[in-house]
Amino acid sequence: MSPEVLQAPLVLEYPFTRSTGPVIGAFLTGLRDGVICGIRRADGTVLCPPQEYDPLTAEPLTELVEVGQAGEVLTWAWNGDPRPMQPFDRPFAWALIRLDGADTSMLHAVFAPSAAEMATGMRVRAVWRTEREGHIADIAGFEPVPPGGEE
Amino acid sequence: MSADQPAARDSLALPAALSAPVTLPEALAGAEPVESVCTPIRMAYTYTPGRALSRYLRAMADKRILGERCGATGQVFVPPRGVSPLAGAATSEVVELADTGYVESFNITRVPIERRPDLKPPYCSAWIVLDGASVGFLGLVINIAPEEVRIGMRVRAVWKPDEELETSAANILGWEPTGELDEVITDYERIGRVEASDP
Repeated sequence: MSPEVLQAPLVLEYPFTRSTGPVIGAFLTGLRDGVICGIRRADGTVLCPPQEYDPLTAEPLTELVEVGQAGEVLTWAWNGDPRPMQPFDRPFAWALIRLDGADTSMLHAVFAPSAAEMATGMRVRAVWRTEREGHIADIAGFEPVPPGGEE
Repeated sequence: MSADQPAARDSLALPAALSAPVTLPEALAGAEPVESVCTPIRMAYTYTPGRALSRYLRAMADKRILGERCGATGQVFVPPRGVSPLAGAATSEVVELADTGYVESFNITRVPIERRPDLKPPYCSAWIVLDGASVGFLGLVINIAPEEVRIGMRVRAVWKPDEELETSAANILGWEPTGELDEVITDYERIGRVEASDP
């Protein structure tokens, strides 16, 4: 009879601290203070999350603007088996969310009860953590906005 | 910029987006800016060591160190991986090694590592060649001031107390000087050397 197979936990962890620069820093400052920022391109369109350079012209971008805290799901994928460090300990959706006032979408979690409650084009709004530090996880995730649920 | 500053500084200018002032929405006027963010990367594995390393780890529980010999070259590798990195063939023989050897090279670390409070700087990590082995392996040199560690110094394993032994390389707490005469190293050419094979 072969002996029991040896096993041991092996954790690789890199505790990086990154400097943000003024643009990403402003985005994170906003998250800490409960404000979501995008950045305006020369043609007036708004990128959210903000980028330091225009993705088409490579021009530096500097005009940060506040966008809405609710928006539209452009596309989504159901995560039925969340892993330990993911945003929610129950099944949830990853979604690309275009916030009101923005022209691009942001990846985040949508806390829907089931995949059947998810739909492309549905409205969602940000759920903030009470303790915030300037990190994308300051937004715990997004929750579906029921029809007529917006003022 | 004042006139007496060297012109070369201009070449160190940051890219525009990193140096240009940004304008903030009204809601953030006067806010203390966030300038850094912690983004840890963590991968949690369950590691299964395989046959050669399992033998090695089980022997560790009995305070024995196993290497494996390459049948083609006669070299003894530790920790064993079941293959000879030189010949690319399976090793032919398990060899029990002494828990004594010598320091082939070493490094003194003076900067602490986060979440390793057990490693108190300054500490000395060394490449230790066990008696009977052809290659060195990594260990801590302990029970001596790091500045006194030298290449060729003879060391022996310091094992955990018997009641704490596990199937783990952590059974060896470190390597302490034996007080013997230093090893005279004459065969650097041999140690750990892997010849490239002809294409």
